[in-house]
Amino acid sequence: MAKRLWELFYTFAKVGVMTFGGGYAMLPILQREVVENKGWATEEELADWFAIGQCTPGVIAVNTATFAGRKVLGNIGGVVATLGVVFPSLIIISLLAGVITTFAEVAWVKNAFAGIRVCVCVLIFNAVVKLWKKSVVDKKTLALYAVILLASLLTDLSPVIFVLFAAVSGIVLQVALKKGGEAE
Amino acid sequence: MMLYLQLFWEFFKTGLFSIGGGMATLPFLYDMADKTGWFTRAQLADMIAVSESTPGPIGVNMATYVGFLTGGVPGAVTATVGLIAPSVIVILIVAAFLQAFRDSKYVAGAFYGLRPASTALITAAGLVVVRETFWLTGGVLFWQGTVLAAVLLVLTRWVKQTKNWHPIVFIGLSALVGVVFRFAGA
Repeated sequence: MAKRLWELFYTFAKVGVMTFGGGYAMLPILQREVVENKGWATEEELADWFAIGQCTPGVIAVNTATFAGRKVLGNIGGVVATLGVVFPSLIIISLLAGVITTFAEVAWVKNAFAGIRVCVCVLIFNAVVKLWKKSVVDKKTLALYAVILLASLLTDLSPVIFVLFAAVSGIVLQVALKKGGEAE
Repeated sequence: MMLYLQLFWEFFKTGLFSIGGGMATLPFLYDMADKTGWFTRAQLADMIAVSESTPGPIGVNMATYVGFLTGGVPGAVTATVGLIAPSVIVILIVAAFLQAFRDSKYVAGAFYGLRPASTALITAAGLVVVRETFWLTGGVLFWQGTVLAAVLLVLTRWVKQTKNWHPIVFIGLSALVGVVFRFAGA
């Protein structure tokens, strides 16, 4: 048991180190480690976990790791795989954050980050375009998008409120209203 | 002790309500910057860049970064555990009822609404970053930055040879341009 838990932790730590960027970058690495090398899951299972991981709360990589770990060793496996996938981030970012804070006032570091900030804007824009294609699919979702965008720009309400509002609206639009339509 | 509880709680909320990947944590982090004063909005933009260019999922990297700035290594661990706790709980439950989850029209309906909401929240957070990057104090447009952004847009979206390059390449190039043209002094 201990040996298998360690194997799970180690494998997912490896996946964490090799994931550069978002959860999407993780899929090919998971395919190699979890499906091909370890045989812990089939290609189809992995695709399912990934799809559900994208639409459930939290970071996609963490969600997928929890799924995979649970399949191998039950709930404790889910927890251990998740700890494995975040472990490298903890070490690397803690080291880097200390260094960056120390050098934040150096002129060339300031210049570099001013340039990087421009790039971050472009990266966020590209992420939004990608998400837009999958999420704004008709007039109703367009209206929800517009309402929440305006509300979050114009008020300082917590995003939590918008998320709850959107989930309820989605259920009303898709389930409640459609039922009414069938009854007519 | 209070600080760590607060860190854990803030990131627990972020983990529970951000849907659709690392960038979805952004609106929550902006909210956190405004409400807690743990870090500034400018620092947040730097954190995004560091999180994109280091190994590990972006959302986890950002949580670790914020936690470290707020409370050192224990803070980094607290924030990260807070972020992943709701994921683990939700996924273990979903996995146990996988078939029912997949077939539920209520779940499908909720996600139909959640997806555009998540996109809208990221757009709003992105617009804040854009305003703070391109409008300098005094209402002057940061034109050097605007030129760089235009070039990056073309390279990341339309040029076939470069659009699939890893973001770290563009981040590196932008850092170099920033140093050569002294962007911080603009």
